[in-house]
Amino acid sequence: MFRIVHKRQLSDTVYEMGVEAPRIARKARAGQFLMVRADASGERIPLTFSDWSAEEGWVRFIFMRVGKTTHQLAHMEVGDSLADVVGPLGVPTHVEGVGRVAIVGGGVGAAVAYPVARAMAEAGAEVTVILGARTADLLVLEEQLRALPLKELIVVTDDGTAGRKGLVTHPLKELCEAGAIDAAFAVGPAIMMKFCAATTKEFGVPTTVSLNPIMVDGTGMCGACRVSIDGVTKFGCVEGPDFDGHAVDWEELMSRQRVYTEDERDADAEFTRSCKCRH
Amino acid sequence: MSVPERRKPSRAPRTPMPERDPRERRDTFAEVGLGYSAEQAMGEAQRCLQCANPTCQQGCPVGIDIKSFIGAIIDGDLPRGVAVLKERNALPAVCGRVCPQEEQCEASCVLAKRGEAVAIGRLERFLGDTDVACELAHRCVPTVAPASGLRCAVVGSGPAGLACAGELAQLGHQVTILESLHAPGGVLSYGIPEFRLPKRIVEAEIETLSALGVEMRTNSVVGQLVDVPELMTEEGFDAVFIGSGAGLPMFLGIPGENFNGVYSANEFLTRVNLMRAYEFPAKADTPVWRGRKVAVVGGGNVAMDSARTALRLGAEEVFLVYRRTAEEMPARKEEVHHAAEEGIEFKMLCAPSAIVGHDGWVTGIVVTRMELGEPDASGRRSPVCVAGSEFTIECDTVIVAVGTRANPLLTRAAPGVEVTKRGYIVTGEDGATSVPGVYAGGDIVTGSATVIKAMGAGKKAAAAMDCWLRETKTAQ
Ligand SMILES: Cc1cc2nc3c(=O)[nH]c(=O)nc-3n(C[C@H](O)[C@H](O)[C@H](O)COP(=O)(O)OP(=O)(O)OC[C@H]3O[C@@H](n4cnc5c(N)ncnc54)[C@H](O)[C@@H]3O)c2cc1C
Ligand SMILES: Cc1cc2nc3c(=O)[nH]c(=O)nc-3n(C[C@H](O)[C@H](O)[C@H](O)COP(=O)(O)OP(=O)(O)OC[C@H]3O[C@@H](n4cnc5c(N)ncnc54)[C@H](O)[C@@H]3O)c2cc1C
Ligand code: FES
Repeated sequence: MFRIVHKRQLSDTVYEMGVEAPRIARKARAGQFLMVRADASGERIPLTFSDWSAEEGWVRFIFMRVGKTTHQLAHMEVGDSLADVVGPLGVPTHVEGVGRVAIVGGGVGAAVAYPVARAMAEAGAEVTVILGARTADLLVLEEQLRALPLKELIVVTDDGTAGRKGLVTHPLKELCEAGAIDAAFAVGPAIMMKFCAATTKEFGVPTTVSLNPIMVDGTGMCGACRVSIDGVTKFGCVEGPDFDGHAVDWEELMSRQRVYTEDERDADAEFTRSCKCRH
Repeated sequence: MSVPERRKPSRAPRTPMPERDPRERRDTFAEVGLGYSAEQAMGEAQRCLQCANPTCQQGCPVGIDIKSFIGAIIDGDLPRGVAVLKERNALPAVCGRVCPQEEQCEASCVLAKRGEAVAIGRLERFLGDTDVACELAHRCVPTVAPASGLRCAVVGSGPAGLACAGELAQLGHQVTILESLHAPGGVLSYGIPEFRLPKRIVEAEIETLSALGVEMRTNSVVGQLVDVPELMTEEGFDAVFIGSGAGLPMFLGIPGENFNGVYSANEFLTRVNLMRAYEFPAKADTPVWRGRKVAVVGGGNVAMDSARTALRLGAEEVFLVYRRTAEEMPARKEEVHHAAEEGIEFKMLCAPSAIVGHDGWVTGIVVTRMELGEPDASGRRSPVCVAGSEFTIECDTVIVAVGTRANPLLTRAAPGVEVTKRGYIVTGEDGATSVPGVYAGGDIVTGSATVIKAMGAGKKAAAAMDCWLRETKTAQ
């Protein structure tokens, strides 16, 4: 069992959680993820490390409440335990020798952008972070990002309630136009990553994206997470989650993410009905 | 010795296995085979000739003393029967259900030459179930040798790992199993469906093993959390056994394979078995797409299991698409028979060439008719395309069950361990790899095989590891 040692609500729908997992904490690297199961009948869901401490033996992740499992996690408190936490999974993000880089984190994608920005900065990169969200309330990890040695932190919201009004692709395009970056890294909703990749492609700026296909085991055993990269099938969990954004078949990824939408609505409705809390 | 006192072997025909009605089976994941009653087991056991030279035993990959365990049933001494079985096989209730007995022990039974072999597998299951039905404290647990003070790590908790771990523990070593999933058992847990192998049977047999003192560390992906050299240095294990199976699903490599509704058999079966998607959403949170018309590609046990699972999830029609004929199908005959009884439609001599879809979802599978050509090197006649014979089978789900390969996650994390071109680990007869102290066995060495062969390999490796440990390591 994995005891919850930290929990914080970051916005209406976004939570940060830390669990005791000393073995995993020793091995965690930026860009890698965990598979988490809340209880014995639970689904295995992938969540990226947002932070960890090898000394103190914990790992953290940030999740958005979207369906049954994340809803259930939102109800769990410090002292409760998760049935299973597996990791670290996936290939760590490549952080050495990236030069001048723009890291784009959209919504809970900030959970990935933060450790990646930290690791790249530590490896000597000149890092600009573009942090975006639909609205100010959904911006996460802004303070932590400000504490990093970044070149710049650009905050963007769709509705202008914080930072610049607009989409993350706007400042990204400006950076490309100014010739201010050698590489980009984008993580967030698939549609956002798709447009980030389209933006940088024009300028020939190599762009890595952290994909979020549906997963079951996370260890290369089932193939649920397959994505097409330059027409070649890859397994997101073991060959990714990072891929060349210019080579991803975005339509296929987004279509495959929707397979269980209806089923999941039923599961969450069932859970909401049976739980007496206010969420 | 005691044979003359016994009654003469009965001349009765082989006792059939009571089975759930095929019509009822379509709607339930409850087990198909119901098992022998005590009377039926006794009746079947009495058909055994108790041969002076029991050839059946030569057909068993782990060398079970078949004659003695059947003798014990004849004598009505079930505890002795269980003990005899467990001397050689830690998972009799599992093996009694899933072993291809017809090709192994039963094929070498003397009675097989004259008609019907003794139903050795069903008798094994009967004894296994007798044991599993007891509370843990009353089960037959093998004795453990004095502690050696040496520690072994076993990677993977499938049949190979479990057999190896059990054997090493009995030999007095301290054993830790590292399993990447949240539940132990390997294919027994995630692959073979409930209606053929109930999970409570797998759990109970593993529980008996842990009574030997084996530590089970689930959620531990070797290659990510820890690698093999670290196990031997930082974690202080004296030897390592790798039984990580061949879990990487293969796809057909045809257009349209990533449409929604196209599953690898591994994904489909894992969702249903390990994650219990058939109880979604009431009792389990993992969904599975329930197709109405399902095409399963393949002809092995995995294809048969997928087809029968799809049927139980509510499919109206399930097609099994196989490029050779029923004769060449590698699946167990009994399971093919069960599948046919349940209404699976066999589309033989059909090779898929494309998957078609609409709006991201699969709508059909295009197949080409095949004929059998000249025998190839293996003696099997290989299929050749009939020109211009393409047609489309309409379906909303395709399950690809054309085999699995070695998952590179682990072998990448075992530097120095020699692997073949296809990623399987190279070992000697005794399971030793090219790295001293590192052994391997099961599907990761042979490619997809059988439960009992994997167990045989695990046991053999355990014996070799024991010798190696005692020769090279001095217990502190
Ligand atoms: C490598 C990776 C890293 C991720 N990191 C984060 C993270 O740090 N924070 C975060 O909030 N989310 C992350 N996600 C997405 C997260 O896994 C899903 O939000 C979660 O599975 C939803 O589960 P649910 O039961 O609450 O919702 P559901 O109702 O089950 O699903 C809602 C939506 O989430 C997606 N989803 C559902 N099941 C899965 C699954 N098993 N695997 C992947 N996606 C699924 C689908 O698009 C689905 O439509 C990550 C996904 C991947 C693949
Ligand atoms: C659907 C299906 C039906 C079958 N039906 C039959 C049948 O009726 N009769 C029969 O005899 N055989 C059958 N087989 C074949 C049989 O199940 C296998 O041959 C057997 O399970 C192989 O055993 P194993 O221990 O080598 O590997 P597996 O059973 O594959 O176990 C390997 C274990 O290692 C774990 N693992 C893998 N990598 C790592 C890692 N890096 N770190 C930690 N753990 C890891 C896996 O999660 C798994 O639990 C069937 C197979 C399938 C898929
Ligand atoms: S999630 Fe199963 S192979 Fe990637």
